[in-house]
Amino acid sequence: MDVLREAFVWLNDPLNWTGPDGILALTAEHLTMSLVAVLLAALVALPIGVWFGHRQVGGTATVVVANATRALPTLALLLIFATTGIGFGNRPTVIAAAIFAIPPILSNTYTGLLDVDPAARDAARGIGMSGPGSLLRVELPLALPLVGAGLRTSTIQVIATVPLAALVGGGGLGVIINNGFALQRYGEVLAGGLLVAALCLVAEGVLAGAQRLLTPAPIRARAAAQRASAG
Amino acid sequence: MCVPAGSVPTVSTAPDNPWLSWEYVQRNWPDIADALGQHVSLTVEAIVLATAIAVPLAVLAHLRPRLAGSVLGLSGVLYTIPSLALFAILFPLIGDRRTTVLIGLVMYALLVLVRNVLVGLQGVDPAITDAARGIGYSRGRILMQVELPNALPSIVAGLRLATVTTVALVTIGVIIGYGGLGQLMFRGFRSQYHAEIMTATLLTVAIAVVADVALWLVGRATTPWTRRDA
Repeated sequence: MDVLREAFVWLNDPLNWTGPDGILALTAEHLTMSLVAVLLAALVALPIGVWFGHRQVGGTATVVVANATRALPTLALLLIFATTGIGFGNRPTVIAAAIFAIPPILSNTYTGLLDVDPAARDAARGIGMSGPGSLLRVELPLALPLVGAGLRTSTIQVIATVPLAALVGGGGLGVIINNGFALQRYGEVLAGGLLVAALCLVAEGVLAGAQRLLTPAPIRARAAAQRASAG
Repeated sequence: MCVPAGSVPTVSTAPDNPWLSWEYVQRNWPDIADALGQHVSLTVEAIVLATAIAVPLAVLAHLRPRLAGSVLGLSGVLYTIPSLALFAILFPLIGDRRTTVLIGLVMYALLVLVRNVLVGLQGVDPAITDAARGIGYSRGRILMQVELPNALPSIVAGLRLATVTTVALVTIGVIIGYGGLGQLMFRGFRSQYHAEIMTATLLTVAIAVVADVALWLVGRATTPWTRRDA
């Protein structure tokens, strides 16, 4: 395969890794954009999810939000943003990616808090904890595995979406794919695709590990038991 | 990049650039119909192919439980690779835009479908399969007449999810210049033509909604026994 060789030759050239438009710089930009998008989404979705889940209201609303965003293509929102006052490049991409990162965080946080064993809630009330006290010290820790899963899903999704920035003049690893396509250097398109795929797989692995480390051991055991009984 | 020659929308000298314009639709109908047809045919082909592959695969994983873990694990890893990367990886190797997009879409829908079919098959009440075995059904007959029909709600749920996702994913084909209505959106963006972007967006959402409702109706019609608690 000629393109395959081209791709590996391109990836093996140190000059393509360094410099302002090198792979390393683009990856850093890619990750920064993803981080900002996830933080923005979490800023919106976490409080709403926690509040609705704690109050046990708004289930239909979270489902509607999740379904509605599934039908709307990210590209459409991105291009609409880039056409209006938000400007070209990274900003509309980060905002569009953030909007699509909200549903997984929202629904997982909501479900996590909703599914807290009522007995645990009652016990917290019984030993004299206030509503916020029970939320902070009983419900949130118990909901942690699902909240973490939601953040993980949305992070991977955002890293996968950010390459679209290249279409509206932004940065990130999509630039390699877009430039390669425009210049008909398909080895670079292939190399860019491999880099994006690798970044997603690595990010997924790292986040899975982080989630394991950050979840308190008893909850980890409980979540595993739940998974086993559910499967 | 990938604007077909001779099909650049005729932007008048008038300064207004509305997001909704019936005039745009009337003037550019042949173009819109092309993109719409491309979008719908890609979606339908992808879902049909994915279903044809996913059902036997899930049945195999169900009959050989040792395979189930690896089938689900592999689908999880593949699902992590974004469609955009998949298009970029496959296009240079395949060389044909339509085939590339189609393969990427099939892979994605496949992963969603395999999971749902397998979950559906595994969720069948063991008492029901035991009863079927007790009255002398063979393994194949249990599968065809008991397990698959009982898994239908889960299969239809998977089909709906896969279809709605696929409709949105087709637009990502823009990255290699074959994205159905996404192509129209991108062209509208390049020429800053609001009506073109908005029309393509609304049509994409409409395809997703129509397909979802149609599949929901099919699901209702094929599983009359699930309706009594509704």
